[in-house]
Amino acid sequence: MSEKKKIDIEYSQLDSERMRINVGPQHPSTHGVLRLEVEVDGEIVTDVVPHLGYLHRSFEKHCEYMTYPQIIPYIDRMDYISAMNNEWPYVMALEKMLDVKVPEKVEYLRVIVAELNRIANHQIAVATFGLDAGAFTPFLFYFRDREYIIWILEKLSGARLLYNYFRVGGVAGDVYPTFKEECHDVIAKVRKTNAEVMNLLIHNNIFIKRTAGVGILTPDVAINYGCSGPVLRGSGMAHDLRRDEPYSIYDRFDFDIPVGKGEVGVVGDCWNRNMVRMHEMEQSCRIIEQALEQMPMEGDVTAAIPKRIKLPKGEIYSRAENPKGELGFYIVSNGTDKPERLKARGPSFVNLSVIPEISKGYMFADLILILGSIDIVLGEVDR
Amino acid sequence: MGLLNKLDDPYEGGGIVLGKVEELLNWGRSKSDWYLHFGLACCAIEFMAMNASHFDFMRFGTIPRTSPRQADFIMITGTVTFKMADRIKILYEQMAEPKYVISVGSCSNSGGPYWEHGYHVLKGIDQIIPVDVYIPGCPPRPEAFEEGMILLQKKISRQAIFNKRKRLGTE
Repeated sequence: MSEKKKIDIEYSQLDSERMRINVGPQHPSTHGVLRLEVEVDGEIVTDVVPHLGYLHRSFEKHCEYMTYPQIIPYIDRMDYISAMNNEWPYVMALEKMLDVKVPEKVEYLRVIVAELNRIANHQIAVATFGLDAGAFTPFLFYFRDREYIIWILEKLSGARLLYNYFRVGGVAGDVYPTFKEECHDVIAKVRKTNAEVMNLLIHNNIFIKRTAGVGILTPDVAINYGCSGPVLRGSGMAHDLRRDEPYSIYDRFDFDIPVGKGEVGVVGDCWNRNMVRMHEMEQSCRIIEQALEQMPMEGDVTAAIPKRIKLPKGEIYSRAENPKGELGFYIVSNGTDKPERLKARGPSFVNLSVIPEISKGYMFADLILILGSIDIVLGEVDR
Repeated sequence: MGLLNKLDDPYEGGGIVLGKVEELLNWGRSKSDWYLHFGLACCAIEFMAMNASHFDFMRFGTIPRTSPRQADFIMITGTVTFKMADRIKILYEQMAEPKYVISVGSCSNSGGPYWEHGYHVLKGIDQIIPVDVYIPGCPPRPEAFEEGMILLQKKISRQAIFNKRKRLGTE
C-alpha cells in the first residue's frame, strides 16, 4: 500500500490566473451606461477600471452656442434625478454677475423645491441600493412616495422630471393655493415610509451582512480624491456647503449635518453612506417645514427677472450642495449673451473616481453594492 | 380583442370559438411581450417610475429581461451616443425573431435637444435599427409609455404569421 503524501498548500502563495470581466455598458445594476473593466482573482476583485463616455452629450460645447437662459434645460439633463438642485448654482452665478436682488418669496420657494428634489433623489438612491442588494419592496415604497413629490413639482413647473424652473432672479411659476398643505402631506408620507424602510431594509440582518464593513472609504482618501456629499459625510467628515458656506437663505434654518457614525459596521462603509442619505431626508423635511412657516405668500416671483441677460466680461465660480455632492459651474464671459466657456464640476464624476481605490479586495458581488452606495448618475459623469 | 368576445356568443351550446389560428397566436403574442430594457438616460428614470407603483407596466404582460436572447422587443430609453450605437446594434442582432423596437424620448427618436450641436449623439436610433413605435416627449410621461405599449400590441395583433413570403410575393 502506497503511503499517502501530505502536501501543504499555501493558498496565499498560489498564483492563479486572473480574469478580466466587463460589467456593462448594458448591465442592470451599473446605474446607467457605465462600463467597469474588472480584474478578478477567483471571485476577489483585484482591479477596477471605469470606462466613461457612453453618455457623453457634449454639454460644454452646447453651452458655447446657447444664450444664458437657454443653457438651463441642458443643465437639467446633467443630473436628471435632481434637476432642481442642478439649476441653482448656475442661476446663482448669473445673479452674482448681474447683481440681481432675488425676492424673498423666490428664495423660500427655491429652498423648498430643492429640498423636495433632494428627498426624491435620496429615495431613488436608497431604493436602487436596496434593489442591488436584492430587496424589491423598498423600491416600490419609495417610488410610490416619490410620485407625490413629483406631483407638487409638476404643478409648479409643468414637468415631471426635467423642470427648467429656475430663472435668473426668479422662478418660472408661482405657488398654487394648496401648496403648503400638500407639502406638509408629503413630508408626513416621507417620514412614515422612512420609518418603515428603517425596519424593512436598513436594519435587516441580511442587508447589514451584505453592506456593513464593505467598501470602506477612509476620510483622508475621500478628501484626497475630492469626494463630497453623502460619500464624504459617510466617512465621518461633516462637510456641507449649506452650513459651511451658506448660500441663498440656508443660514436661517436649523438643521443638522448627518455623518456616518458607525452604529453598524465601520465608518465609511456602504451601510453608513446609505444611512447618511436616510438621515438627510429627515433633515430636508425639517428645512421644508421651517421654510413653509416663514415663506411669505404674496409677491410676484417673476418680477425680478431681467428682460435681457448679457453678462459683463469676467469669470465666476459658483457652487452649491447637490444631493450627490458639490456641484459647481465655472463661467467665463466675454461680454456677450453667450458664455465663452462653461465648465461643470460634477460630484458624480469625482465620487466615481474613488471606486478603484475602495473596491479592491472585496468580492465581485460587493462591487455592485459599492457602486450603488456611491450613487452616481451617468448623465453627470459623462456630461 | 376579438377572441374572448366570441365566447359571449357561443356556437352550439358554448365553449366553441371559430376563428383563425393566426388570430389566436397573435392574441397570445401581443399580450405577453418580454422586453430587453435598455436604459440610457433621463427616460430610464421615468421608465423606472413606470415599472413601480402607481403605473405598473407589467399589467401589459411585459416582463423585463436582461438578456437579448429572451426578449421580444427592445426599449431604447434615452440618448444614443456614437459609442453606444455599436452596442445597441449588436444587442438588436442577438434578439430572436420576431423582434420589435420601441424608441422612447426625443433623443432616441431624433436626437432631441442634442440634434443641432451634439457632435457625439446619434440623430435618431432609426438610423441603425428599424423602429416600430416612437414615443415622443423629453422625457415622456408614463401615460405616453402606456400608449406606446398599446400601439405595439395593436401592431403585433395585426401581423401575418403563415404564408408570409407567399403573400408578400417574395417566394
